[in-house]
Amino acid sequence: MLLQGNEAVVEGALRAGCRFFAGYPITPATEISEILSVKLPQVEGTFIQMEDEIASLGAVVGASLAGVKSMTATSGPGFSLMQENLGFAIIAEVPCVIVNVMRGGPSTGLPTFPSQSDVMQARWGTHGDHPAIVLSASTVRECYDMTIKAFNLSERFRTPVVLLIDEVVGHMREKMILSEGEEVEIFNRVKPTVPPEWYIPYEDTPSGIPAMANFGEGYRYHVTGLTHDVRGFPTSRPDEIGPFIARLHRKISQHFSEIQMTEFFQNEDAEITIVAYGCVARSAKRAVFELREKGFKVGLLKLVTIWPFVRSAVEKVLQTSKILLVPEMNMGQISREVKRVNRGMAKVFTLNKVDGTIITPEEIVNRIMEVS
Amino acid sequence: MSEVTKLIHKYLRHDKKFPHVWCPGCGIGIMLGALIRAIDRIGFEKDEVVLVSGIGCSGRLPVYVDFNTLHTTHGRALTFATGVKLANPRLKVIVIMGDGDAVAIGGNHFIHAARRNIDVTSIILNNSIYGMTGGQSSPTTPYGMKSSTTVYSNIEQDFKISELAVTAGAVFVGRGTVYHARLLDSLIEKAILKPGFSMVEVIAHCHTQYGKQNRLGSAVEMMEWQRDHSVMVEKTDTLKPEELKDKIVIGVLVDKQLPVYQDEYKKIRERAMGMAGR
Ligand SMILES: Cc1ncc(C[n+]2csc(CCOP(=O)(O)OP(=O)(O)O)c2C)c(N)n1
Ligand code: SF4
Ligand SMILES: [Mg+2]
Repeated sequence: MLLQGNEAVVEGALRAGCRFFAGYPITPATEISEILSVKLPQVEGTFIQMEDEIASLGAVVGASLAGVKSMTATSGPGFSLMQENLGFAIIAEVPCVIVNVMRGGPSTGLPTFPSQSDVMQARWGTHGDHPAIVLSASTVRECYDMTIKAFNLSERFRTPVVLLIDEVVGHMREKMILSEGEEVEIFNRVKPTVPPEWYIPYEDTPSGIPAMANFGEGYRYHVTGLTHDVRGFPTSRPDEIGPFIARLHRKISQHFSEIQMTEFFQNEDAEITIVAYGCVARSAKRAVFELREKGFKVGLLKLVTIWPFVRSAVEKVLQTSKILLVPEMNMGQISREVKRVNRGMAKVFTLNKVDGTIITPEEIVNRIMEVS
Repeated sequence: MSEVTKLIHKYLRHDKKFPHVWCPGCGIGIMLGALIRAIDRIGFEKDEVVLVSGIGCSGRLPVYVDFNTLHTTHGRALTFATGVKLANPRLKVIVIMGDGDAVAIGGNHFIHAARRNIDVTSIILNNSIYGMTGGQSSPTTPYGMKSSTTVYSNIEQDFKISELAVTAGAVFVGRGTVYHARLLDSLIEKAILKPGFSMVEVIAHCHTQYGKQNRLGSAVEMMEWQRDHSVMVEKTDTLKPEELKDKIVIGVLVDKQLPVYQDEYKKIRERAMGMAGR
């Protein structure tokens, strides 16, 4: 099957069980809306075009609370508008998926050109101290797999999950084999098994993830964006606020191994490691081949999970590499994280491009030859 | 047990939620009473009711009531309600908003929910002010009145919420006041039973902010003002425009039929499935 990245997102969403989409048209994410407007009603799902992106994410959160796996898709300007309700989904612990097919910014920026400039917005765009799960994709197949993964993680950890896709990956057509019988792991939110009188909707469990009752299933409880106690009721008591915010972070931080995904390539003996994600990881892989032919011991660390940042993977490449190169299509958003983990152990170089064109293998090769 | 006590026991949450946040004498309590009486008369199961609200004094209402309750972000209640209703159309979705909530920050969502004819009921408490944040002007603060951000005088014209709902296409529009509690009960009941986007505007006093800044007197005096300035919509034909000038027209302003979103969407699904099957 020859599929576009955005089409693969749709296939992944449907496979994951997504049955509700609310969105507002925006290049380069529009195909996701258009295709879902055709496909969702075919599977008894719902598609609605809302009046803006604030409304889109509001509707998505509402639908998820009513028990339906839900998502939206957008690009930079729309993602900015979603930040308010993204924070709501985090504090109220409502699973949902937000796909951001990135464009250049700030503001309306470069609607039809690739960029990776929303990496930090995806981490810190909404106000307050909050955890974030953010994934990326560098191939059409990964668009499919990571959309499924995004739904699984959101249901598992009761939190919104953002999938960042580069415009070129969203619009690129690649061969993808989707066999009907293929086993795909699907995770559905854990529901309460206790009788309603015993249900504590925001209970501080060891896993940090409370069971989630859907509206209408007999567990009447309160959902709010205010800091709340274990029953969901607003609280201003320090002894309730502290543990609640700590649990929001703990439910993610104690499960890093389930969330953090990376790919190592030619890393065993690598004295130089390229750290890349999205479409840049493709160019980096080519660059590794070319540089190896020239005799450079180069490897690649590809980030699939962007947030929480994969500290341990970077630490691993630091065992062999004395030079790290972080090429990105922004002014240096992930390189800051790499430098933070590096703490002076290796030399960290950057290669930043913000002119709407992709980073080519040659550019990476040249940069490595320049710095090594 | 008296009727009131029975209703309190049946519908209010007793765990940890009281005392409430409202000022003594606030009109929101009357609206809450009207809502509970309407739902009780209709006879919905508590499990099938979802009460959604935005942010403000009025937005605090759902937390006290034993339904599925959802306190959203400022102005966005209708967007969440849209998702809840479309995801599970069996749920009865009622949305509580303040005037600032519904027609300032949430104005766009309000007109679009009405236009789409989403099957939810909106109840908007219009106290002509931002109560919760301390009495700043809202889009319904009348021209010439004072607020903590218009201490000289409000130089903007005010929105008429019901008329806005009518223009945006709401199939049921009712306006009442917290003085006319019986009327309010029946307006809310009719609105909830109406398929499609229904709206009840509840004119209420905020004596501690709006009332104080404009020297309008106590809660009781402000409610007497509501009594003296209201006209039932049926009587407006007999009145001259000058006589209606400073009046609040109350009653059922619109009750009409239009295709309801979720019913129409069902047909879309049937068409889509037919096409997929071919
Ligand atoms: C995005 C955002 N902006 C501002 C606020 C602060 N805020 C809280 S309530 C409110 C106004 C409420 O006024 P209204 O909707 O009329 O409700 P009332 O309190 O009068 O019932 C504002 C501005 C907020 N919570 N969120
Ligand atoms: S501030 Fe006004 S609206 Fe808010 S509770 Fe007090 S009286 Fe009611
Ligand atoms: Mg108000």
